[in-house]
Amino acid sequence: MKRRVSRDQLNTIISGMLCVVLMLLVLQLWLLTATMNAYLGGDHGVVAPAAAVGTICFLLNFGLFWQMRRLEQ
Amino acid sequence: MAESHDDIPLSVLTPDGRPFEEQPKWRRDFPIDVPEDNHVARRDFTKFMVLVSFAFAVGQCWIWLMSAWRRARGTSASRRIVAVAEVPVGGAVSFSYPNPHDARVLVRTAADDFVAYSSKCTHLSCAVIPDVTAGVLRCPCHHGLFDLATGRPLAGPPRRPLPRVQLGREQGYIVALNVEERTT
Repeated sequence: MKRRVSRDQLNTIISGMLCVVLMLLVLQLWLLTATMNAYLGGDHGVVAPAAAVGTICFLLNFGLFWQMRRLEQ
Repeated sequence: MAESHDDIPLSVLTPDGRPFEEQPKWRRDFPIDVPEDNHVARRDFTKFMVLVSFAFAVGQCWIWLMSAWRRARGTSASRRIVAVAEVPVGGAVSFSYPNPHDARVLVRTAADDFVAYSSKCTHLSCAVIPDVTAGVLRCPCHHGLFDLATGRPLAGPPRRPLPRVQLGREQGYIVALNVEERTT
């Protein structure tokens, strides 16, 4: 089956996806440290929304990875 | 015996661009498509990043569960610590509240002034030592310094204030009422 995009284009797309994954990961790391600080400080109000955002970030990352695998096939 | 390369796809490229026949034997035995190898390396790297992302998400959910468990436990019951007369001005008493592993320190800063904080430094949980004359609590491990009046960090690595134990008096005794955890 012929590729719809050239290899160079695919490289660019995959590099872009990787950048988004890394940015989401940095966001998650920041979120985790901020949530831990809030939790240890007794501020329990932010913990549930932060857990939801962290899970959404993971799902986005997983979705991007899934797309990457599909593009490479 | 001549080697046959008919089964090697045309897309296989060599890093130096020379023909396949001129490549060293180890590369001829294991031909590597360099652009494809880049793809595999990035895919593996992304897979690892997604795994790290999963670990972070699990950590967030774990904090949420711990928070829910703490809130379900409710506030602590009040408890007598020590008789007022037993603590001299400038003296300190160690106690645990509300659980046996929650180490606290009670300090009498003036005749009618008592303060109590968690005795675990908010940096790495070393025991803090009250210094009433200087008006501070010192952490000997990394030279953290907390204000004795408020429990807020003054110097060193700690960033969060010490959890404060709310105190009351009851029939000549100092009573621990609750623990106030703070971020600032």
